[in-house]
Amino acid sequence: MSMNRRQFLKLATVSTILGAGSATAINSLSRGNLEASQVSPDPKALKAKRWGFVVDVSKLTTDEDYQKCIDACHNIHNVPSHKEPRHEVKWIWKDTYEHTFPNVAEDKIMNRELQEKNFLLFCNHCANPACVRVCPTQATFKRKSDGLVMQDMHRCIGCRFCMAACPFGARSFNYVDPRKDNAIKVENKEFPTRMIGVVEKCTACYERLAIGEQPKCAEESNGAIVFGDLEDPNSEVRKLIAEKYTIRRKPELGTQPGIYYVIGGGEHA
Amino acid sequence: MLEKALSGSNRYWVWIFFLLAVAGMGCLAYWKQLNEGLGITGLSRDVSWGLYIGQFTFLVGVAASAVMLVIPYYLHDFKKFGKIVILGEFLAVSAVIMCVLFIMADMGQPMRVANILLHPTPGSIVFWDVVVLNGYLLLNLIIGWTTLGADRKGVRPPDWVKPLIYLSIPWAVSIHTVTAFLYAGIPGRHFWLTAVMAARFLASAFAGGPALLIILALLVRKFSKFDPGTEAIQAIGKIVTYAMFANVFLLGLEFFTAFYSNIPGHMHPFHYLYVGMDGYTKMVPLMWLSSILAVVSLAILVFPHLRRNESILAFACIALFSSLWIDKGFGLIIGGFVPNMFEGITEYWPTMLETLITAGVWAIGFLILTVLYKVAIAVREEDAAVEH
Repeated sequence: MSMNRRQFLKLATVSTILGAGSATAINSLSRGNLEASQVSPDPKALKAKRWGFVVDVSKLTTDEDYQKCIDACHNIHNVPSHKEPRHEVKWIWKDTYEHTFPNVAEDKIMNRELQEKNFLLFCNHCANPACVRVCPTQATFKRKSDGLVMQDMHRCIGCRFCMAACPFGARSFNYVDPRKDNAIKVENKEFPTRMIGVVEKCTACYERLAIGEQPKCAEESNGAIVFGDLEDPNSEVRKLIAEKYTIRRKPELGTQPGIYYVIGGGEHA
Repeated sequence: MLEKALSGSNRYWVWIFFLLAVAGMGCLAYWKQLNEGLGITGLSRDVSWGLYIGQFTFLVGVAASAVMLVIPYYLHDFKKFGKIVILGEFLAVSAVIMCVLFIMADMGQPMRVANILLHPTPGSIVFWDVVVLNGYLLLNLIIGWTTLGADRKGVRPPDWVKPLIYLSIPWAVSIHTVTAFLYAGIPGRHFWLTAVMAARFLASAFAGGPALLIILALLVRKFSKFDPGTEAIQAIGKIVTYAMFANVFLLGLEFFTAFYSNIPGHMHPFHYLYVGMDGYTKMVPLMWLSSILAVVSLAILVFPHLRRNESILAFACIALFSSLWIDKGFGLIIGGFVPNMFEGITEYWPTMLETLITAGVWAIGFLILTVLYKVAIAVREEDAAVEH
C-alpha cells in the first residue's frame, strides 16, 4: 500500500490519539483493582466512624494555654513560620470571637467577656466539605474510614480552589519554600516537610491516631480540647455536646463542621 | 497557509519582535516564579487568587464572544458577517490559549497539572472547565482553519464542518457558564454566591469580546487591504450596546439584592470595592474608573449617529473594554476575597514580576492572534485581488 506524506501524517495523528486515549481508558477502568500494599495496622490505632472535636474555651484562660497547643502542633508537623504575613502557614491558631463567628458578631451590646474571648481555630473536618467538592485532583479527600478531611501534598497541583472554597479559612498555601530561610526551626524527622506550591492544613494528627495517640492539640490542652467519635452516642464528645450549649462556626452553610465550641463561664451557660 | 505569516512588511516584523520581547520578559519573570514559588506575587493566605485568575476569567469571555458572530452568520444567514467571522474565530483561539497560559501561571505545581486528567473528578468544576476550554479551542481551530482553507481555494467548506459550527454555539455558552460556576457555587463567598453570575458573565463577554473585535477590525482595515466591512462593524456595535446594557442591568441587580436585603456579608464586598472599608481603599479608584468608563461608553453607544462615526465608535469600544477588564479581570476576584472568611481585610496588589508575567501572556496571545490574522488577511487579500 502506498501513501503520500499527507495520508501518512493523518494516519499517524489518528493512531496516536487513539493509542493515548485507549491507554487512559484502560487505566481508569482497571483502577480500584489494585490496593496499595499496607503494613498491618497497629492494634492500638484509634478508630471512629466520624472524628470530631469539642473545644471548651472557658478552660483556656491565659495566652500560654493557647500558644502551647499551637506550638505543639506546628512543631511536630514542621509548619514553617515566615516573616512575611502574606505567606503565613498555620494549622491551628487563635482568633477573636468576632472573627471566629463573623455571621453572629454584629451585636454591639453583647456580653463583654464573650466579646473579648479568644478561640482556637483549625480545620473543622466537615461532613460535607466544600474543599473536597471543588478539588480537581482529589488531593484533598474525605477519608472513608473515619471522615477526616485529608490532604495529599504530593498530588496537590496548587490551584488553591480549596482555599477559595473553605468557609473557615483553614487552609494555607506554600507561597515560598518552607525548607528555606530557617522557616522550620527544629525539623521533626518523623513527619514530612513540604515543597513550594502545595496547600496544607490540619489533618487531625492521622499519624498519631494510627499509633493510638490523641491529636497533639488535645493532648496539650489540659482538657480544653476533647477529641472523639461524633457518631458514637457514648463517646466523651457526644456526652459534652449533650450536656452543654455548644456552637459551631457558620453552620448555615451546610458543611456540617466537626468542631463544637463550648463557651462556658457565667451561671446561665 | 501558515507560510503567509512568514512574509510581511517591516512594520509587521517590528510588531512581531516587540511581542516576542515582551513575551521573553514574561518568561524570565515566570522562570523566577517557577523557582521561588508564587511568593513573588502579591497573593496571600487571604487573597489566594488575583490577577492571573482574573485575566483567565475575563479572557474566557472574550473567547466565548465569537458566538456573537457565528450565530448571525450561520444561523440567520446574515451575510455581512461573512468576511469578519474568521476574525472572531481566530480571536477565540488566541483567547483560549491565553486562558490556558494564565491557569498554568497560577498553578503552584504546574508540572503536576496532568493530575486533573489522571484523576478525573467530575464533581469538580475545574475538571469540566478543562474539558470545555480545550474542546472549544479545538473546535475554533478546526472550523477557522478549514473554512479559511476552503476560501483560499475558492470552494465551499466541506460538509462535515457544519455540525461542528453548530456545536460551537452551545459550546461557547458552556465555557463561560462553567467558568462562572467556578465562583457561583462556593459557600461562604457572598460576592460570588449569586445565581446571576453566569448570566452576567455572558452579558459582559458579549459586550467586551465584540468591542475588542471592532477595535481589531478597524486596525485590520487600517493596516491591510482587507476590509472586514463597515456594515459588519456597525452590526457588531449594536450587539455590544445591547450586551453592555444587559451587563450593567445585571450588576444593578447585585447591588439591589445586597443593599435592600441589608445583609452585612452581602454588602461588605461592595463596600470594600466602591468606598473602601476600615481605611482600606486600594480598589476604590479602579472600581470608579470602571464605572465611569462604563457610563461613558454607554452614553456614546446608545446614540446610533454617534456609533456610526467609526472614530467615536472605536473610542467607546476602548472605554467599554477597559471598564470590563477592570471589573471582571480584577474587581470580581478581589471582591470575593475581601473581606476574608473572618470579616478581616487583607488587601492585594500585583507585584512587578506578576505584572510582567501577565504582560508576557498577553504578548503570546497577541503573537498568536497576529499570526492567525496575518494568514486570514493574506487569504482575503488574494480573494480580493482575484475578484477585481
